[in-house]
Amino acid sequence: MLNYRKSRWSVLSASSRGNKMELAYYPGCTLKTRAKNFETSAIAAMSALGVNLVELPRWNCCGTVYSLAEDDLIHHVAAIRNLIRVKEQGKNKVVTLCAFCYNTLKRANLVMKDSPDKRFAINNFMNEEPDYAGEVETVHLLQVLRDDVGWERIARNVKHPLKDLKIAGYYGCTLLRPQSAAIDSVERPRVLQDLIKTLGASAVEFPFATECCGAYQVVDNRDIVAERTAAILSSARKNGAEAIAVSCPLCEYNLRQTQRQDTVPMPVLYFTQLMVIAFGLDAITGGFDENSMETRAWLKGKGLIP
Amino acid sequence: MNEEFVKRALVIGGGIAGIQAALDIADAGYEVILVERSPSIGGHMVQYAEVFPTLDCPQCIMTPRMVEIVQHPNIKLMTYSEVKKVSGSAGNFTVDILQKARKVDTKKCTGCGTCWQKCPEKVTSEFNAGVAKRTAVYIPFPQAVPAKPVIDTDHCRYIDYKEYMAGGKKGKKPPECRICEKLCPVGAVDWEQQDEIIREKVGAIVIATGFDLMPVANIPEYAADPDILNGIQFERLLSPGGPTAGVVTRPSDGKIPKEVVFVSCCGSRDPEHGVPYCSRVCCMYLAKQALLYKHAVPDGQAYIFYIDTRSTGKGYEEFIQRVVGEGVLYLRGKVSKIFRDGEKLRVYGADTLSGKRVEIAADMVVLGMAVMPSEGTKELLKKLGVSAGETGFVLESHTKFRPLETSVEGIFVAGMAQGPKDIPDSVAQGSASAARVLTLFAQGSRSQKESVRV
Amino acid sequence: MRVELSSKKLRSNFVKKVAELSGQNLYLCYQCGKCSAGCPMGFAMDILPNQVIRLIQLGLEEDLINSKTVWLCASCLTCTARCPRGVDLSKVMEAVRLLTLRKNKNYIEPSKMSHDTIAELPQIALVSAFRKLTG
Repeated sequence: MLNYRKSRWSVLSASSRGNKMELAYYPGCTLKTRAKNFETSAIAAMSALGVNLVELPRWNCCGTVYSLAEDDLIHHVAAIRNLIRVKEQGKNKVVTLCAFCYNTLKRANLVMKDSPDKRFAINNFMNEEPDYAGEVETVHLLQVLRDDVGWERIARNVKHPLKDLKIAGYYGCTLLRPQSAAIDSVERPRVLQDLIKTLGASAVEFPFATECCGAYQVVDNRDIVAERTAAILSSARKNGAEAIAVSCPLCEYNLRQTQRQDTVPMPVLYFTQLMVIAFGLDAITGGFDENSMETRAWLKGKGLIP
Repeated sequence: MNEEFVKRALVIGGGIAGIQAALDIADAGYEVILVERSPSIGGHMVQYAEVFPTLDCPQCIMTPRMVEIVQHPNIKLMTYSEVKKVSGSAGNFTVDILQKARKVDTKKCTGCGTCWQKCPEKVTSEFNAGVAKRTAVYIPFPQAVPAKPVIDTDHCRYIDYKEYMAGGKKGKKPPECRICEKLCPVGAVDWEQQDEIIREKVGAIVIATGFDLMPVANIPEYAADPDILNGIQFERLLSPGGPTAGVVTRPSDGKIPKEVVFVSCCGSRDPEHGVPYCSRVCCMYLAKQALLYKHAVPDGQAYIFYIDTRSTGKGYEEFIQRVVGEGVLYLRGKVSKIFRDGEKLRVYGADTLSGKRVEIAADMVVLGMAVMPSEGTKELLKKLGVSAGETGFVLESHTKFRPLETSVEGIFVAGMAQGPKDIPDSVAQGSASAARVLTLFAQGSRSQKESVRV
Repeated sequence: MRVELSSKKLRSNFVKKVAELSGQNLYLCYQCGKCSAGCPMGFAMDILPNQVIRLIQLGLEEDLINSKTVWLCASCLTCTARCPRGVDLSKVMEAVRLLTLRKNKNYIEPSKMSHDTIAELPQIALVSAFRKLTG
């Protein structure tokens, strides 16, 4: 059963009454430290769309990765605690920006939903927390944009269409795999391309959009990750891309920091930063100072930021 | 009271299994109605270039049998027809058959070919599996039986014009055309011809509806690309009577491919994303296609990615070893991804025997797509009340001892409709199903109480 | 040198543990190699993913011990997504890693990492690396 169906809770109907809609928002650690620009640009862009991202109180680190061992329940606790916090708010949905957090929360939630034995053991362990059975839906911001806000509404907010820009949308792994957590088709996703087109730019199709960047191997095997990012960026470039839009702070770091000195640098930015520019919002909210020098130079050269 | 059996048979499907069944029953002295939904009989076999392991030309060996069908005094051939409704029971079925309007009076038509040579409208050719075009008035292939054309009313300019003038279409006015009608020397074009429902009474039915290939789009990790073909498309390129006269060229740019990759098990043996069963014929036909490619392009290189090589028929293993011996490289592993890279197609595969990940910059890729029951089988089986198995193929009464009997007495199955198989087995089942029909006829009658009604 | 196979070897503790920790039936794998063909880290691996499965199927623990392959896995799940038999290789890789890590043998040593390296890397990279590659 694919998980990217339209959410039952539609933001659109309330927004059409002119109200700001609220969504519980889980930032995750990196969005508060090295990827602040992802958060500030997202909050600003969503606010312009009439959606208020309300940070979850008392959230904790999700653990970054979903533990794959059958007997390892303790590593799900950190993720599930956050979902219990959402439930306590009286909400049944939480949105994340970081693709790693999305995948971890989503898969931990499926454990609570689908495995009665594990659910019992984990609820028992967290005896000071209310019992939880997977009632909260974790979504990624791209799903909210596609299913709850809708491309038409986004298009109406575009003040400065990103004309003549050729941007490749890079998905990485955790948004699309495994199938049970996928926000779109595992092999042929469309959501980033659709967003890029809605913002007025040309969405570059390239065969490595869903290839892994190397993720945490960057800690101990930086040269291997450099090979991966070189392959991804050169494929994007070969297919006409002048910049690459991502939705994960680890992908952003890997693609930005492991680019070889002898290659033409490729600007890397978050898809929410593209929205800030296209919506004509204050460049401060984009947080472009935290992107690479090349990215800023490219944006300035195109007259997109002052 | 005893119901006398109607000693006429209905064969649904004009491929090799259906043709064999029809000929056997007719030769035994009984009337057969052979219903085929496309404009000509022949099925998939006539689409192939050469058949394994003998490398016979299928059109050459089939056309005499196809002509036998149309000339047989006991066979009523109904092409461009479909079974619409069935009722009754073994020995006494009533069948409503839709004879679609060809818009051509076949009694007047001489098959001279003027109309299809002059028709200006080009449509994707079904017979050529999409790698070539045909005209709106057409015969599917030169050896078609009957050799009388059909007007494809979905794509005919004059039909569009008539609909437009009747207020049914919007936009630009289509031309009035009617070139076929104007040029036909015997005035055989009949725009007023209507679809007809013809009711027949038969005593037995043979389902021989064959197969279709799984769509290439079912494997999203392989790009949608003009130079990535399925097996039947490649056969059309190899075929001397095909759109390129047997010269293997890339659909994208017409160049001759020098590196061709063949991929086995595309969708088959894949319970997760495809069908769980083995399609049985791909190992053999991919080997044959690789060999024919090498004969056509002697300096070309063929690669076959395989998991196992299934070559169980007579002469099959020897054929595989011949292909291997002529330099076709067999790589043991599946292909994970195929994408376009400039002029080439990058194929990412593995060779588990050497333990290497391999990458090939291919000019063309041929996919061994899974075989599935032909389109429309599900709906037809519902009409007949015949059960299908989990995989959609007709469910036989008993796997070992009653492979041709279905869940409805008096209705039999032959060929790929029952499951994946090669040509000799399809023909054998065609004959075997005829034997079942003849046995039923020999019983002569049945008490009404015993009949199971459809 | 011949590798001796026996029911004892095929049902060794190692094999049982991998099956238990991963929750996978390794005999489903028919060694088609699609995982290896699509693995993004495969170019750097000494033993390919499908060979890892094969070695476990044959109970050849010794051959796996010195291999870097499971440590190079990035848990990208491309193998899992494409496997025609539905074998979740990412779980098998994790199981093999855990059999070492749970013996308190770290693959990377946080205490030996330079201060500069730790400062330069974003915490998402550090935390996930420590989760996957330390005990």
